[in-house]
Amino acid sequence: MIAIIDYGAGNTANVKNAFTRLGAETMVSSNPKLWEKADGLILPGVGSFGAAMQRIEQNSSELASLIKQKPFLGICLGMQLMFEKSEESQGVSGLGIINGSVKKFNGDLPVPHTGWNLVSISDATLLDGISDFYAYFVHSYYCEPADKRLTMATTNYGKKFPSIIARKNILLTQFHPEKSGESGLLLLKNFIKEVRK
Amino acid sequence: MWCKRIIPCLDVKYNRVVKGTNFLSLKDAGDPVELAKLYYQERADEIVFLDISASLENRKTMVDMVSAVAQEVFIPFTIGGGISSLADIEALLRAGADKVSLNSAAIANPKLIENAAREFGSQAVVIAMDAKRTEKGWTVYSKGGSLATGLDAMEWAEKAVSLGAGELLVTSIDRDGTKSGFDLELTAALSKLVSVPVIASGGAGKMRDFYDVFQQTKASAALAANLFHYGTLGIPELKKYLQENGVDIRV
Repeated sequence: MIAIIDYGAGNTANVKNAFTRLGAETMVSSNPKLWEKADGLILPGVGSFGAAMQRIEQNSSELASLIKQKPFLGICLGMQLMFEKSEESQGVSGLGIINGSVKKFNGDLPVPHTGWNLVSISDATLLDGISDFYAYFVHSYYCEPADKRLTMATTNYGKKFPSIIARKNILLTQFHPEKSGESGLLLLKNFIKEVRK
Repeated sequence: MWCKRIIPCLDVKYNRVVKGTNFLSLKDAGDPVELAKLYYQERADEIVFLDISASLENRKTMVDMVSAVAQEVFIPFTIGGGISSLADIEALLRAGADKVSLNSAAIANPKLIENAAREFGSQAVVIAMDAKRTEKGWTVYSKGGSLATGLDAMEWAEKAVSLGAGELLVTSIDRDGTKSGFDLELTAALSKLVSVPVIASGGAGKMRDFYDVFQQTKASAALAANLFHYGTLGIPELKKYLQENGVDIRV
């Protein structure tokens, strides 16, 4: 059983649909007791960094400790929340599980970065041999990890930014694998394999 | 490589795709879910559904359709037609739609854009605009292109974006159904004016039309309905052509 963490922001239905298609059982829950029972955790996310942190605040310590123990997938804002802070919400602390911060795009290209872009794999060790693919993005901010070695794939949008970050049991994607066609589903399939290990 | 998007549009009335289709491979070519699945398999980048029945009794049916589509299609999709309240928007997004497109209701009540963007984020709010040429520029029509609003297309676009629209879906009334190509001037002017992505619509008749709109304007996406439904042009064939001609595209 995989728990999709529901904190009242963002559409959990599509993440659930993708896992259902792949034959994995999920539950959408805002209850930390149920997260604890799950074999894997997913933090989806749409909305702003500050509002999301506010919503998960009362459960943030439980969440942070579970993220270190179980296979974990953070999607889009769910990736950004792993960092210490974001330019989107000054003065708000993130979960701080990954050292680094979240920055705003400030080039000539339209923001949010919306649509399909190439995910170039730089380190496939934690990605089960996936090769470069196109993925669907919707975001105005990108992550900058202090430790560059955590970046498994990059994408170019005026500048190169990390589109996949991974560390041990933690897998983070800036794009939406549940909306990235068959390639996105393949990534989720690999996550399910990790959960079942 | 940031890709240009190819978007098939399905006109849906009482849960049926309007206008016959030539997809013999489908069991039921009038079923929006079946057709959406086919476009998904053909690697469409996104799908737009326009509900042209737009009656209140039909809302529940649309929500059911959205949820059926969301279980089969793992690319973004937008739903539009007769959406006029935050409650409508919430129901459709919760059912699995990624974006809603607002047209007449946003013209009548621009605050709806602001409220929707605040509640659900700009990324979920598309403003659909039907524009027709005048001597001076383009004017916006509402109610499915039947009512001249007197709004200037450029001014309305800027206003919609300032209120929080995350994307503009711009249909040229002059070109719609003509197969004579997109209105390049309209698309160029709007896509230069606003900072959000512009989807060109109305007039696509051949592969070259898509190339032209991507080459000569800053449009992020191009939309067509009949061209794809009637099987006149396949999405894989179109994408291959665009890629061979140097357009950044996901093939």
